[in-house]
Amino acid sequence: MKNWQEFEAGAVLFPFEKQGQEELGKHNNERTYTTNSSFTASVANWRVEKPVHNKEVCINCFNCWVYCPDASILSREGKMSGIDYEHCKGCGVCVDVCPTNPKSLLMFDNLESEQEALAKWPQKAEGLKKKSYRTEGGYNGF
Amino acid sequence: MVKEVKTLKSFSQSAEKFEGSHLLCPGCGHGIIVREVLNAVDGPIVLGNSTGCLEVCSAVYPHTSWDVPWIHIGFENGSTAISGVESMYKALERKGKYKGQRPKFVAFGGDGASYDIGFQFISGCLERGHDMTYICLDNENYANTGGQRSGSTPMGASTSTTPAGKVSFGKKERKKDLPLIMAAHGIPYTAQIAPNKWKDMNKKIKTALDTEGPCFINALSPCPTEWKYHSSLAIEMTDLAVDCLIFPLFEIFHGQELKITYRPRNVLPVRDYLGVQKRFAHLFKKENEHIIEALQKDVDARWEYLQRREEAKV
Repeated sequence: MKNWQEFEAGAVLFPFEKQGQEELGKHNNERTYTTNSSFTASVANWRVEKPVHNKEVCINCFNCWVYCPDASILSREGKMSGIDYEHCKGCGVCVDVCPTNPKSLLMFDNLESEQEALAKWPQKAEGLKKKSYRTEGGYNGF
Repeated sequence: MVKEVKTLKSFSQSAEKFEGSHLLCPGCGHGIIVREVLNAVDGPIVLGNSTGCLEVCSAVYPHTSWDVPWIHIGFENGSTAISGVESMYKALERKGKYKGQRPKFVAFGGDGASYDIGFQFISGCLERGHDMTYICLDNENYANTGGQRSGSTPMGASTSTTPAGKVSFGKKERKKDLPLIMAAHGIPYTAQIAPNKWKDMNKKIKTALDTEGPCFINALSPCPTEWKYHSSLAIEMTDLAVDCLIFPLFEIFHGQELKITYRPRNVLPVRDYLGVQKRFAHLFKKENEHIIEALQKDVDARWEYLQRREEAKV
């Protein structure tokens, strides 16, 4: 690889080995990426917390898929099949938009294993209302 | 062709064209909007991009997050770059050198590149009538360089160049009304979108991309870093923004016919929206309360104006 002083003005990068139009028809993990595609990089070290997916509670509504900024919700054949931990930054948007009760996605410590996390899953909460962000007298903190 | 998305289940089967591992902050609205645009497009698409968060974070040498042809030149000319590409395709078609399907031409720009720096360039593109869509990702500041004020920053927001303190209450000027300015060019389609209404978003993107001629879309893109809220609340923020009408959702055809596409069932006070963001925290001091009232008056007046325009069909 060239360093930045060597590469020509107007660099062109190719994300795919072969014909791009063909490759675009496939799912991410069946494509042949070159090392220039950021798909081959990882941002897993950005995370402090990670979302964990619980298949038992999930209703496959795909809110998390459409609202994930990092394209790291894996969906295959109309089923939500987990989270791509190479590309997830742990922002928590998916947990926030999950509509089930209890939530089928929750944030856990990044070092916790999935089994541990699933064992800690909360029960259905009664009388759960959507949080109101009405603020009394100013900024309410995070 | 752009897909019409009826259910998210069918939408989630579409191939991803914007890859992960870009460097946008966790919970950034840009990623949500760009994915929604690209994943709905079937067939070829060519993208232009102005300098800004999106460009800087998605194309750091030697990596690129784009699976489709994408070009970046300068801060101000994402729109003109793509208008040149569009003219090239038309010329090649005329000469018989290109026989494929004509791609969709889309330019992305941040609010700095659309409201301030690339303003006249976009205006030129719209006036020349290129077959392209310009999408402004409006996060209400220059987030990439540390949160300076832009023409899009609302009144009262504390930014790094308009800091709130003992004397100042933040930015003193009102937000520029870009969509209405762009609609005044008489272009076929102008719209405002927010990422929390994915169906409405898809409908407007489909209309814009499938319409022949220049179209302009202004998209609210919540920014956890500079609005200063927790990264998981991106969708809550846009919910609040459209429900308190500080960011109304509407579309304008041919600069004439305005249609409001979302009327909140219960309109929230602007206070609620300001209260969850730390950039407005200082407005809740006693001496700054009049700014909140002024903002509320502004928002009400604009909503009134939009409704009148819709009724009068002008």
